[in-house]
Amino acid sequence: MKPLSLVGRSLGSVYRFLRRDKKAMVGAIILFVLLVITAFPNWFTPDNPAAEIYTPGAGLSWAHPLGTTSFGQDVFSQLMAGTRQSVMIALIVGFLSTFISVAIGITAAYTGGLVDDFLSLFTDVVLVIPTFPLIIVITAYLKSASFWLMVLVLVITGWSYGARQLRVQALSLRNRDYLLAAKARGESSWYVICVELIPPMTSLIVANFLSSALYAVLTAAGLQFVGLGNINTESWGTMLYWAQNNEALSIGMPLWALAPGIAIAVLGSSFALLNYAFDEIANPALRPVTTKRSKKALA
Amino acid sequence: MKFLVRRVGFLLIALWSALTVNFFIPRLMPGNPAESMMAKFHGHVNPGAIKALEVAFGINNHQSLISSYFEYLNNTLHGNLGLSLSYFPIPVSTVILRALPWSLGLVGVSTILGFVIGTAIGAIAAWRRGGLLDSVLPPVFIVISAFPYFWIGLLSVWLFALTLGWFPILGGYTETATASWSFSFIGDILWHSVLPAFTILLTSIGGWILTMRNNMITVVAEDYVKMARAKGLKPRRILWHYAGRNALLPNLTGFAMSLGFVISGAILVEYVFNYPGLGFTLLQAVQNEDYPLMQSLFLLITVAVLVAIFISDIATVILDPRTRSGS
Amino acid sequence: MSNPILQLHDLRVEYDTAAGPALAVDDVSLKLEQGEFLAIVGESGCGKSTLLFAIAQLLTSPAHTTGGSVVFDGVDLTSLTPEALRAYRWRDISVVMQSAMNALNPTVTIGAQLADACEAHTDWDHARIAKRSAEVLSMVSIDAVHLKSYPFQLSGGMRQRAMIAMALLLEPRLVIMDEPTSALDVVAQKTLMQQVETLRRELGFSVLFVTHDMSVVSHFSDRLAVMYAGQIVELGTTREVFDHPMHPYSQGLMEAFPSLFGEKRDLTGIAGNPPSLVDVPPGCLFAPRCPHVMDECHTVRPELVQIGPHAVRCHLVNKLERR
Repeated sequence: MKPLSLVGRSLGSVYRFLRRDKKAMVGAIILFVLLVITAFPNWFTPDNPAAEIYTPGAGLSWAHPLGTTSFGQDVFSQLMAGTRQSVMIALIVGFLSTFISVAIGITAAYTGGLVDDFLSLFTDVVLVIPTFPLIIVITAYLKSASFWLMVLVLVITGWSYGARQLRVQALSLRNRDYLLAAKARGESSWYVICVELIPPMTSLIVANFLSSALYAVLTAAGLQFVGLGNINTESWGTMLYWAQNNEALSIGMPLWALAPGIAIAVLGSSFALLNYAFDEIANPALRPVTTKRSKKALA
Repeated sequence: MKFLVRRVGFLLIALWSALTVNFFIPRLMPGNPAESMMAKFHGHVNPGAIKALEVAFGINNHQSLISSYFEYLNNTLHGNLGLSLSYFPIPVSTVILRALPWSLGLVGVSTILGFVIGTAIGAIAAWRRGGLLDSVLPPVFIVISAFPYFWIGLLSVWLFALTLGWFPILGGYTETATASWSFSFIGDILWHSVLPAFTILLTSIGGWILTMRNNMITVVAEDYVKMARAKGLKPRRILWHYAGRNALLPNLTGFAMSLGFVISGAILVEYVFNYPGLGFTLLQAVQNEDYPLMQSLFLLITVAVLVAIFISDIATVILDPRTRSGS
Repeated sequence: MSNPILQLHDLRVEYDTAAGPALAVDDVSLKLEQGEFLAIVGESGCGKSTLLFAIAQLLTSPAHTTGGSVVFDGVDLTSLTPEALRAYRWRDISVVMQSAMNALNPTVTIGAQLADACEAHTDWDHARIAKRSAEVLSMVSIDAVHLKSYPFQLSGGMRQRAMIAMALLLEPRLVIMDEPTSALDVVAQKTLMQQVETLRRELGFSVLFVTHDMSVVSHFSDRLAVMYAGQIVELGTTREVFDHPMHPYSQGLMEAFPSLFGEKRDLTGIAGNPPSLVDVPPGCLFAPRCPHVMDECHTVRPELVQIGPHAVRCHLVNKLERR
């Protein structure tokens, strides 16, 4: 099977599916909008997000669609400016995490034997240890985590679930005849892996990317919320931190605390919706049942 | 049986890894946090305590790394976790044992409830394929699962506590009340736990519903379900004994693997509600730079997760006869 | 004299596909007498399993019965509610599926699976259920100790026999079998078939047996139906169809089987592929592959015509008969 055509076919079916599945379409549109804001935040920030020049605690108005913070900053501008960090961390961690998952999962499945045993044990141990408390301990020692440090910590703790899933699928594919045929032809292992093994796993790999991205968004926000991120940068999580520390909810500025959460949820939903659509691609039985005749699973 | 023995072996290896990681982290961090901590407390604590901390963190130590390591392992396994810095001179073990029941109660109960209810709803949704539950639930819960746990907590605090005043804003119990086993005190505790429990339940249930639904859809297509229909069994029996029972098995494994994620959410929920459990204590320890307490909490949380995983393994052995004979 | 226990009238089953409805069973009519063994043979995808499940009212989405009726003992099963249908299940009609490994609940003991069929339809107490369960197991030469076993603990052949035992629990009048021998080796196949035959003679139930391998049923079935692309193309006594196949497709099938005895002859297959079930072409569905095709075969659909003890769906045969 030509690798390009296989990847092309996978992507083609993805595109067709996006058009048919409303959930996926919504997810894709949201992601697109957020990507635009990430690339050009200045188009969307009417005010300098850090400027503390407005009346603190102002209510909603045209000038301040989401009100102001207790320092006098415009919440809406902050929200727009914060998009970049969250989106970037999601995409970067998603990509790196998936890369490691693919490398470890496929190596374990393809090599087999002791290497597989060791890698599997390692993966399972990392999977089982609760990573959030671990991240808290690590970042506590570091006092505050810069963007790249957070990426590093998230990647180190987030690859294991994907590696496990990919290994299982690679194992089931490994014994298929067309792989054995390739080996019999004398193709090198690299060829077999890159050209014959990986392309059919494309949808699982993409699904992995999406769930890693979701994990990164939520965990990074959690860390920033408790003050372990860099509290001087603009991100949704740090907005929440400042809001919480100034008791925004109690002093009548709920939007300061609620808006960033909604933003996180919107980004997260786009990943979750796309991920769900990918589940349906991989397993057609899950697709929405449309005809009226199929009211019950069994008549 | 062999299955359980292998699992215990694995969990012990995981525990050992956590202990080892715990040992090396402070020693690997730049800026030598242990020393700066020492400098902060010098003069405020008695020399005996300083000595204990030096040993625990390997500072000014003429011991080799290896022997420090074994001494650390020995101490930890005997429950000698050192003294807390923020609650000095109370030992760490006392602090965490005080927080433990709160977390077990809140997190334990809401997680189990979420799993049981979510699994049941997922099974029914898949059974009535194309019905209301099946079409509405997946997109709704996909979106809810994207909300950060703590934000749902914030939302419920704002909505139910601050605005509507139905529930308390924070805490595990009313500060001014006297602790006792009386009904009113227990009622007070329950009243304080409703919002945090609701938060954990709402965010975790979506995952259970969706995975059970997906598993059920696959299982319902299997031949043995068709066979059960052919035998003319009552639909309810088919749903629970044939389909549900088999669809539940992969869900149990999933439960074990997602515990880490549930714990992380629970920690943040405790923080939002100032609920006096392990998570809240951990974050406070971080803020107070109470490293011995922090590290021991990490260990205890790890142990709790490993125990929970072991319990779900036992459940798997009970429900799936194939694991018993290791076929 | 004729007392058919099962009658199919123009039964029609369609599958919903992305390309439109696919006609899997095309207006099939059949009669089955009490105590008769009718075998339905055809290649993969010809609709024989679908037909079987349609008769047993076990179709699931995306398959639907879109026309015709299934009359069992005077009652049209397609018109019954699921509740009313349940009363017939297992007591009158039971099913044996292809793979026992997949058809038995992996997490429940054999005994429990036998028991729940009894509990669903009778008011027997535990002792009676246990007695009957042991009884049916011994009918297929399985020791009663296996009531406590799980399916994965039995061998393939044993599992299949256990399924047959389960099918006979309530002494049904019709047993429907969907390729029960496909997963077994030839020796186990023969053993199973002989067992089925012995039990049939003893207990007198009818058998509807679907297979792609004619040799399996050649010594056991009373009548043989050949299916192609959702239609019955030939129907007659087993001996007749085997020795004097009249439809070109049946002839092709017989030619494809080598005989153990007699001279060596060249094996021939049937060139081409079965037609698409979504865009069903007009005329005879076998026309594109038929060595004797005539002009009218492409435009006029042949009907199943009774010629003596034999029924055939073929224009050529009709023409020859009329001469």
